[in-house]
Amino acid sequence: MTAAPLAELVDVTRRYGKGDAEVYALAGATLSIDRGEFVAVMGPSGSGKSTCLNVLGGLDRPSTGHYFFRDVDIGSLDRDQLARFRRQYLGFVFQGYNLLARTSTLENVELPLVYRGVGRRQRRVQARQALAEVGLSDREDHTPAELSGGQQQRAAIARAIVTSPELLLADEPTGNLDSARKDEIMQVLVRLNRERGITIVMVTHEVEMAAYASRTIWFRDGVVERDHRRVAA
Amino acid sequence: MIVTTTFVMAVREVRRNAMRSILTGLGIVIGVAAVILMVTLGDAASRKVSADIGKLGTNLLIVAPGTDRRGPVAEAAPALTTADAVAMSRELSAIGAVAPTAAKSVLAVVGSANHATAVTGSTNAYFDVRSYQFARGRRFSDGELAGGALVCVIGATIADKLFRYQDPVGASLRLDRLSCQVIGVLVSKGAATLGGDQDDLIVMPLTTVQRRLVGTTDLGAVFVSAVDAASTTRAARQIEGLLRQRRRIQPGEVDDFTVHDMKEITKTLGAVTGILTALLAAIAAVSLLVGGIGIMNIMLVSVTERTREIGIRLSIGALGREVLLQFLVEAVVLSTLGGVVGLVLGLVGSYLLCGALGLPFAVVPWVVGVAVAFSVAVGVGFGYFPARRAAALDPIEALRHE
Repeated sequence: MTAAPLAELVDVTRRYGKGDAEVYALAGATLSIDRGEFVAVMGPSGSGKSTCLNVLGGLDRPSTGHYFFRDVDIGSLDRDQLARFRRQYLGFVFQGYNLLARTSTLENVELPLVYRGVGRRQRRVQARQALAEVGLSDREDHTPAELSGGQQQRAAIARAIVTSPELLLADEPTGNLDSARKDEIMQVLVRLNRERGITIVMVTHEVEMAAYASRTIWFRDGVVERDHRRVAA
Repeated sequence: MIVTTTFVMAVREVRRNAMRSILTGLGIVIGVAAVILMVTLGDAASRKVSADIGKLGTNLLIVAPGTDRRGPVAEAAPALTTADAVAMSRELSAIGAVAPTAAKSVLAVVGSANHATAVTGSTNAYFDVRSYQFARGRRFSDGELAGGALVCVIGATIADKLFRYQDPVGASLRLDRLSCQVIGVLVSKGAATLGGDQDDLIVMPLTTVQRRLVGTTDLGAVFVSAVDAASTTRAARQIEGLLRQRRRIQPGEVDDFTVHDMKEITKTLGAVTGILTALLAAIAAVSLLVGGIGIMNIMLVSVTERTREIGIRLSIGALGREVLLQFLVEAVVLSTLGGVVGLVLGLVGSYLLCGALGLPFAVVPWVVGVAVAFSVAVGVGFGYFPARRAAALDPIEALRHE
């Protein structure tokens, strides 16, 4: 690949607390992610993988070092600029789905478009398309409480991709699901990666899930321990 | 973010927690209703008072001996005389009619019925100055006035109390030991808030009362009407000037008589009722404040409850100010809804109360505007702090919250 990486962490640290209580969640992590990759981030708890995802998602800022996204130094952005960055380029999928309760699936999926200022009718069209992509067209009027865990996670994926993001960040997306649902979700992610070319970074602690990705990065003690690219089959 | 979308979201949120919203809005409902009730009733009362005073007579001035100023009075003021009244009507340009009066308390008896009242001796001008219309019968003739005839004109109350089963006109009436014939009945002026029952009166020729009842030629008071409503103050000045001259009061000395201007009294009473209304409205406004604090309280609870939702919104790209706007609009929707319900309740309540109290109901436009504007302001004012708190949340912390 000759093009510049989509996202690049350069010697990033993230420090919590002060003085004696100081803890490094990231202790000089360097990695770069190219367009079209499907990256699994693994590591024991406390290894910094979640913090890494938060930094990549513009939810957290590096204490030192730099995070470049499309050659923009994200670490120097203010609160509002970070929000605009997230709304413009990113999609999030969480372990706990994080759908709005008592709100229909369709409206949940529309939400990112609301903040992008997309008109009502256009929102409907795009949200229905996204729901169709995850196979939830027949559930658009259901509230999260009326959906199974797998369906909720698919709705959450639809919400993450409705804006056609450049980077999809997934934090243990299969953590709450049984094994059949896990595979279902992973297949949806793989298809989005292959067919729509959405770059995916997924944190997981399950080797079986990481196997779906094209690249696996291991974290330990706040630094990248191992970085392994699989040759495409 | 589009404002209408925020508004739609806010309305949905308010409906979702219907019971809580109703209870929260109740503070504003009661506050606005109370303010509107107080102001509308106060306004109706002061208009009623003005109307009642208007009924006392057109452009009425009452001249009485004695001073109404504070301080020691060296000696009893000399009475007014018929000559004073004649001089007023002859010499003063701002004056229409002049009715000299002398009055005495009497017991009026017809058959077995009796009624304690006052008899007023005067001229036909009295009916004009006091704006009395005749229901039946006639005024005094010149002969009756000059000769001190035993005739009288009675008010509606006297007619009701003493002549329930007979036609008063032509009947006779005993006043203490004096017997007189009724020649006219006056039209009722209706209930009055001030000045007692204006229909409880008996009028006889001035000479009759002076000779047969009082025993002197002194006048109790002189009732004067100004030529028009704009001239009452000028008329009062003219009367003061004339009487000071006639009663030989030196410059610098205090008047030993008083000119009551009914318009001045109306103004004073209007100011008093206005102050009372403002006071009551201010007390009612306190409940608006309490209602606002209730809204702030609930919005703070709501922000805590919905921390995770705020985290979701922030993570998918909501700006801080968009979250702020959302919670602010929710607070304003709550308070405005409460304001509108309170407005309706307040208006309906004052309509019913005005009816029950016999006051003239009218919507006071400014209070409607102020009440609604105030309830919106309460929403903004008390919604801002919780909304800012929501907007300042850290997205990672908020997402972790459960």
